[in-house]
Amino acid sequence: MWRAELGLLLRRVRIKALLGVLALVPIGVAVAVRVAGGGPDPGSGPRFLDQVSRNGVFAGLAALTVTVPFFLPLAVAVVAGDAVAGEANLGTLRYLLVRPYGRTRLLVAKGMAVIIFCLLAGLVVAVAGVLAGVALFPIGPVTTLSGTTLSLTAGIVRILGASLVVGASLLGLAAIGIFISTLTDAPVGAMAATAGVAVLSGVLDAVPPLHALHPWLLTHWWLSFGDLLRAPVLWTDILRNLGLQVVYIAVFASAAWARFSTKDVLA
Amino acid sequence: MTATATEPEMPLQDAPADLAIATKGLTKRLSGVAVVDGLDLAVPRGSVFGFLGPNGSGKTTTIRMLLGLIAPSAGEVRLLGQRLPSGGSAVLPDVGALVEGPAFYPWLSGRDNLARYDRVGRDSRRADRGARVDSALERVGLSAAAGKRYRAYSLGMRQRLGLAAALLRPRRLFVLDEPTNGMDPQGTREIRHLIRDLAAEGGTVFLSSHLLGEIEQVCTHAAIINLGRLLTQGPLHELQALGPVRLRVETDDVVGAAAVLQRLGLLDVAQRDGSVLAGLDGRVPEDVCRALVLDGIGVREFVQERPSLEDAFVSLTGEGFDVAR
Ligand SMILES: Nc1ncnc2c1ncn2[C@@H]1O[C@H](COP(=O)(O)OP(=O)(O)O)[C@@H](O)[C@H]1O
Ligand SMILES: [Mg+2]
Repeated sequence: MWRAELGLLLRRVRIKALLGVLALVPIGVAVAVRVAGGGPDPGSGPRFLDQVSRNGVFAGLAALTVTVPFFLPLAVAVVAGDAVAGEANLGTLRYLLVRPYGRTRLLVAKGMAVIIFCLLAGLVVAVAGVLAGVALFPIGPVTTLSGTTLSLTAGIVRILGASLVVGASLLGLAAIGIFISTLTDAPVGAMAATAGVAVLSGVLDAVPPLHALHPWLLTHWWLSFGDLLRAPVLWTDILRNLGLQVVYIAVFASAAWARFSTKDVLA
Repeated sequence: MTATATEPEMPLQDAPADLAIATKGLTKRLSGVAVVDGLDLAVPRGSVFGFLGPNGSGKTTTIRMLLGLIAPSAGEVRLLGQRLPSGGSAVLPDVGALVEGPAFYPWLSGRDNLARYDRVGRDSRRADRGARVDSALERVGLSAAAGKRYRAYSLGMRQRLGLAAALLRPRRLFVLDEPTNGMDPQGTREIRHLIRDLAAEGGTVFLSSHLLGEIEQVCTHAAIINLGRLLTQGPLHELQALGPVRLRVETDDVVGAAAVLQRLGLLDVAQRDGSVLAGLDGRVPEDVCRALVLDGIGVREFVQERPSLEDAFVSLTGEGFDVAR
């Protein structure tokens, strides 16, 4: 059943355009580094960007670093916010329910489709980044953050793994988006509110006096995917990140279900 | 207030098995207003049941409750014997529905839209999906436009596609909310034929409308509501009998005929291009005709006009059928 939802999603021009933009950002970054003739000085600028001119595959990681704060959460907000509110807005929700779809089944299928979209979005960014890097720069064995060296293949596998971690870190936001989507018949409002949650979390994360709150913020561990490029892999923050996402998913998926299973569908 | 009607006085668990739809005290309050108020509907199996009321009288809200889209504030619903909303998953596969106009995905073709709705049901059978989609499209006359995007459909085509969705599988009950909305007279005629066919195939058709005349021609039964309350329900001929029987006399002596009818005490005697109209008010038409002839009035045509549902509505409410809330 989730395949039907995913198929519906991926056939939309809007979603194709969204994925296209996600692929264009890393390409743009790689091209900019090439044109600027080398990118930032080592150790400055967005993480991994300084490595791109020496080893093109790092463009995949730099692309993740660049898109995680803004582009990826925005894409997730668009898809998750639209999940239920979009159907309500079109009026198709009432026909799905009398089909009958089953409210829980519908919500689960939408959730699955959104999960796959999140993972796909991360992959698209990383793959586009790696391909752009390979096309524009020399490539070779990957130097980890710890100074050891990985073969090119092992390095690329780590990069793809990092993109999946990034995709998974977006799932808490996705759950929040789906919950908001059950509250309204206006998809644009749900999308904006979801994006607003991500922005708010990022702002709170940047306010030092709130440091006690920081580890619980949705976005706090989002850059932890870089720890996959250590030898050995430093799992602590990655697992904190994923654990926190599970908490957000549990809370907001339950709230979405509680809301949607009894909702009067007047749209 | 109602002279006729099969009003279920018994509790619903004892509702006769021959009812396709039964509601008891069905009530919905929206923003504090009882939009549907204590509705007791009894829709016999096999009937074509017209659910009539002016715009804003609560028809769509009632239909949403019948289909489990919204929960009643009070009262209960049985659809083909099953309690709604709890029994929805069991009974809804047997129900074809059109609620508050059609709704589809604008970026998909008509055919893909139907396939989408078909696919999401638990009972979905992939093997014959294509064939069922095509035959539903053909039945509503949309075969030629099946590959066009819904975005490009006209209002009438959209309504047809909505009906096609209801026809995707064999159904025991059709719940159609204003099925002729946005259709031209030709389309309206086709829909009436379709409804007759559905009933002839053994289904029950429950259709709402705010256009009384349109419905009167296909229904075997009807209910009339206003401001969320049931005014009356029952077999069509019983409802029509609620309205005043009118007499129309065509004659070359309009003035003389009007005088005779006035003398006999008929109601609302009026002259209109070559004929005289009057309310019979319980008088025997044979007597009236004899009186006219004995008075030397040449009668060209003498017609007792069956009252329409609209007449019934007006006599029940004392208002015209265009009141909105
Ligand atoms: N969400 C809502 N909140 C408050 N009132 C509503 C809502 N939806 C419909 N109504 C009111 O309920 C009444 C009945 O509406 P409806 O069932 O759509 O009537 P009909 O289908 O007979 O035209 C109308 O007066 C309408 O304004
Ligand atoms: Mg309506």
